[in-house]
Amino acid sequence: MAQLLPKVDAVIVGFGWTGAIMAQELTDAGLNVLALERGRWMDTSTDFATTFAQDELRYYWRKSLFERPAHETLTIRNNTGQAALPMRELGSFLPGTGVGGAGIHWNGQLWRFLPSDFQARSHNLSRYGKAAVPDDMTIQDYPVTYDELEPFYDKFEYLCGCSGKAGNLKGQIQPGGDPFEGPRSRDYPNPPLAMPYAPTLFAQAAAGMGYHPFPHPAANASQAYVNPLGVQLAPCTFCGFCEKYGCGNYSKASSQTTILPVLLRKPNFTLKTDSEVLRINRAPDGKSVTGVTYIDASGAEYEQPAEMVLLCAYVLHNVRLLLLSGIGAPYDPATGQGVIGKNYAYQITSSVKFKFDDKLLNPFIGAGALGMMMNDFNGDNFDHTGLGFIGGGYIGVLQTGARPIETLFDSGDLSQWGAAWKQKVAHDYLRSFFIATHGAVMSHRGNYLDLDPTYHDVFGRPLMRMTFDYTDNEHRMSDFLTDKATAIAHAMNASTVTPKPRQGSWSVVPYQTTHNTGGAIMGADPHSSAINRYLQSWDAPNLFVLGSTAFPQNAGYNPTGTVAALAYHAADAIRTQYLKAPGQPLVQA
Amino acid sequence: MRAVRAIAFALGLLATGAASSGLGQSTTAPTPPASPDTVAQGRYIAVLGDCEGCHDRPRGAPYAGGLPLNTPFGVIYSANITPDAKAGIGGWTEADFYRAMHEGQDDQHANLYPAFPYPYFTRMPRADVDALFAYLRTVPASPQAPPPNKLGFPFSIRALVTIWNWLNFKPGDFQPSPNQSAEWNRGAYLVNGPGHCGACHTPKNFLSGDEWSKPLQGGKLDNWFAPDLNGDPHGGLASWSQADVIEFLKTGRNGRASAGASMTSVIQHSASNMSDADLAAIATYLKSLPAPLPAPAASQVDPQVMAAGAAIYRDQCAACHRRDGTGVSHEFPPLAGDALLQASDPTTIARYILTGSPTAATAAQPTPFAMPAYAWKLSDSEIAAVATYIRNSWGNLAPPVSAHQVADLRAKVAAHPTRPPPGLD
Amino acid sequence: MKRDGAGKTGAPTRLVDRRRLLGVGVALSAAPLAGAAAETIGGGQGMPFTPNQADYPNAPDPAHRYDYFNPAEAAFVEAAAARMIPADALGPGAVEAGVPVFIDRQLAGDYGKATRMYMQGPWAKGEKTQGYQSRFTPAQMYRAAIPPIDTAAGGGGFAKLKGDDQDAFLKRLQTGQVDLGQVDAVGFFTLLLQNVMEGFFSDPIYGGNRDMAGWKLIGFPGARYDQTEFVTQFGAPYPLPPVGIGGRPGWSGKA
Repeated sequence: MAQLLPKVDAVIVGFGWTGAIMAQELTDAGLNVLALERGRWMDTSTDFATTFAQDELRYYWRKSLFERPAHETLTIRNNTGQAALPMRELGSFLPGTGVGGAGIHWNGQLWRFLPSDFQARSHNLSRYGKAAVPDDMTIQDYPVTYDELEPFYDKFEYLCGCSGKAGNLKGQIQPGGDPFEGPRSRDYPNPPLAMPYAPTLFAQAAAGMGYHPFPHPAANASQAYVNPLGVQLAPCTFCGFCEKYGCGNYSKASSQTTILPVLLRKPNFTLKTDSEVLRINRAPDGKSVTGVTYIDASGAEYEQPAEMVLLCAYVLHNVRLLLLSGIGAPYDPATGQGVIGKNYAYQITSSVKFKFDDKLLNPFIGAGALGMMMNDFNGDNFDHTGLGFIGGGYIGVLQTGARPIETLFDSGDLSQWGAAWKQKVAHDYLRSFFIATHGAVMSHRGNYLDLDPTYHDVFGRPLMRMTFDYTDNEHRMSDFLTDKATAIAHAMNASTVTPKPRQGSWSVVPYQTTHNTGGAIMGADPHSSAINRYLQSWDAPNLFVLGSTAFPQNAGYNPTGTVAALAYHAADAIRTQYLKAPGQPLVQA
Repeated sequence: MRAVRAIAFALGLLATGAASSGLGQSTTAPTPPASPDTVAQGRYIAVLGDCEGCHDRPRGAPYAGGLPLNTPFGVIYSANITPDAKAGIGGWTEADFYRAMHEGQDDQHANLYPAFPYPYFTRMPRADVDALFAYLRTVPASPQAPPPNKLGFPFSIRALVTIWNWLNFKPGDFQPSPNQSAEWNRGAYLVNGPGHCGACHTPKNFLSGDEWSKPLQGGKLDNWFAPDLNGDPHGGLASWSQADVIEFLKTGRNGRASAGASMTSVIQHSASNMSDADLAAIATYLKSLPAPLPAPAASQVDPQVMAAGAAIYRDQCAACHRRDGTGVSHEFPPLAGDALLQASDPTTIARYILTGSPTAATAAQPTPFAMPAYAWKLSDSEIAAVATYIRNSWGNLAPPVSAHQVADLRAKVAAHPTRPPPGLD
Repeated sequence: MKRDGAGKTGAPTRLVDRRRLLGVGVALSAAPLAGAAAETIGGGQGMPFTPNQADYPNAPDPAHRYDYFNPAEAAFVEAAAARMIPADALGPGAVEAGVPVFIDRQLAGDYGKATRMYMQGPWAKGEKTQGYQSRFTPAQMYRAAIPPIDTAAGGGGFAKLKGDDQDAFLKRLQTGQVDLGQVDAVGFFTLLLQNVMEGFFSDPIYGGNRDMAGWKLIGFPGARYDQTEFVTQFGAPYPLPPVGIGGRPGWSGKA
């Protein structure tokens, strides 16, 4: 029997970026907030200290900071014709666990989506006609606009001490920034990071071809910074252990380095670690939620009543908890009906390797979001007429640091060994790097999430089943980006250029990105979406679902900036509207 | 958190089991309720005296005591000073409380252990002590009784404190200096009275009594060294401006240093809550102090040790403290010119390296930047080398640190035998 | 108290002992039902900090011996590793850098036991895109794969072949032309090559990359945390020697 605990105003399920943002906002509003995190407490000086954080084997290959499939995983298949099998070890994406979540090991690539990304359906239909959006491409418009989110993007960028250069200040294009971005109300809080050699060579070549390279917006502090909460970040030291690692230097924005020092001083906030939510509890009439049931590390089970529930776990776990709790109608790909699990999307990446026989690039120098990028072929920044696809992605050299095993071992090319290989890497390692492309994935009728009928987690709950593959739209788009990147690599006068396009079906094996999206998407009405524009459940108005779970489809950018902007947008609505009439829908269905 | 705060022998601790000696049987007439002004005054005096620093334990009720303090003679637990009749001082009178503060005796006239710094509190005027008492009567009564002290014989004999008092304790109110400004006198009172700074910062004799002839010249307690607060150029505050002192006390850090170890508690509970005028007074007083210590002689440091220290510093320390030792202002303290680093006694700097330390988090500076622990990683000789290197680089001057000193401290505070296998043949 | 590190967590090593003594690792990794109570943080207490706490790596015993491999397995792994990364004029190869011992320690520990992996059935071969679907843990896979390899290699087993013949055999393994019975040849080759690369290029505390031979080969500077001054030194040779988590010879002042 679960032990019944005293009621709280708000319970937060999962304590990564969105959990910390919502806790900070709701405690400011005077609410008594409890956060439940299945993982452990972690902090800079004890858990990813400079004394041991630079450990590629432990953190990347043995995945020490990431979630454990032995505990919970999902089953995967490319289409309904295949038998879904468990993702037995992590590969393609790397969800986190523990306080800070994946915000501990992210790169700090802090993007905004394009204004047109929020109108993906109507914009593409109006510009390219009905044929551009096939029937089974189930893309939808976001129920919010870029302009509505702009203040909240700004808030998060200032929280994180984002380093960058604005390209569009209130409609005025700024030299050195990204001319394609939506208008910003002000510049980034910190100047761009110092730029190493390889990205600089890329930018010179790209600019020479008429493109518009600019410094990647980085939640890696380029200088000492005090954020609006008074929390401090320290200058990034370019250690090259950022992506997939915790930051030992207080330089990468995470909830630990931007929010928790203030949040944990508040008497009306409590965090319980090693506490995993098993389900969200529904009121007998099914029209609201009453709290959650969780189990702690000792195996004790608790029922935690709450006035409101904020689902802030990783995108995939949010969807699974909704399915396990029976909230919302599960999506059925055969009929297209139902909303929970609908419009799962991802991202598609490729790269172009280059090597300079005459240049030392020292690629081990790095930071998570250190690089020169261009958005000339992102979103709808270019004319897609006749290209056979919609959407796009960024192209650039992102120098996160060339950790040797990741750089030199490629499970997709098993011929890389022996005396000749040794000679080659001894020469090439310091002289090689790659151009990355990072493209959107549109939502498709057959790409979705549901509960697996066969496999279970450690608690005996069904695993989630992911049915996903790239479609022609993604492959055409990614190949287009790869071709552009290849041309730039040649223009860099590299000695060797090797394109690495993304071919065939989506595979769980090589790491690609942890940018899973959708499954409980936001929309204009309960028939087409699970949550409204304030991330409020259509089915239970005192339940809010945070995260990229809300994305109707993915864009060509990393999601964290938009995830955070949507969270702040929701928090603002809760503070200014919802708390005046708790339990009521903020949007009438 | 507990271990961080359970540090000093003589932080403001009403070290007693004495409250229980009353057993709630006191029949003295209750003190009449105090005016709100008096209670507010008392609350501020509790801040000045950092009462919470010792009388709160983590997650315990405020002022309910029970915080263990390691002394050379054993573990003493702070008393419950809430108005609970049985566990606290609910049965005490104003006079009882004044006797404790002024003479170091409880309501039954039994000696209190001098972990409770009555040698400093004795300088507080009766009105202030009464106001403090009035405030303490308004805090919620807690029935939480501190555990019994763990003192070895003969220190368990309370009567021996009489001898200690005879040797180390001179009761009497603070005497202002007529030649100094009111601000200076206020600062001197705060430092030497309620603030009891010397309880940590003044050297101790063999009985852990203060060496009154060497005020604030740096003291060692519970394997921490609290630095010299005089105007000495290397180990003291010579290079600090008054503004530096004020900022440090108010926020926990300034461009020169960050509060660590037990000072984090002092900053968080006490100094950061003091009025600007009082902080200015403390700064005025401290900056008036002379430079009594002899300048350190240029030390003979083995070049191989310096080379090892330089290598370790470059690989392990420079990311935060920067190659030139200048740090990052208000984030990672500079090592060049740092006073604590150049203290004659290297205990604290070696301990920071061994165990790591958080810095004080305050409303003004909420980020508790923390030094990571190195005990698991660096050997005694490596820590000695890097400590010696930073004590003798960038103009710093201090005696070398030996591997033996580090080993001794490691045994006391770290419990980490050595580093892991380095994988270097 | 066990953490998911790369190291071995079987017999107590010095590090494991230390961790227990210290009582660090109060908070467990995500595994529930692991016997630890949940931690409650907050209530105005600020950010927790415990002196001496460090989630440092679980380094295995560095002694040169085999804890997991039997002699035949060791012979195969040594021979194969020596072909994958041979010793030559450029410097030590995988064997000289301790790679076989590294793999042995990995297989004897959490990694070999697949403690992080989802190892519940039912089992199916699956599509290539579905990744690892073997019912064998990595340690079991070595155990199951090596006898059929030695049989297929003929003679006295793979280790007795001449170098060129070993290369040819490994290429057949790499392309799935050897039948390993219950084990997928390409899957095993992938695992072996990955483990060899891990052993040659991971931090020396795990037993491989001895003398930082792998890092010296390619010019990787190791476990450094400050590259600030080198970011914009375009094309300049990097001046610092590699350093491991456990240090470098210069830390004794001698090199």
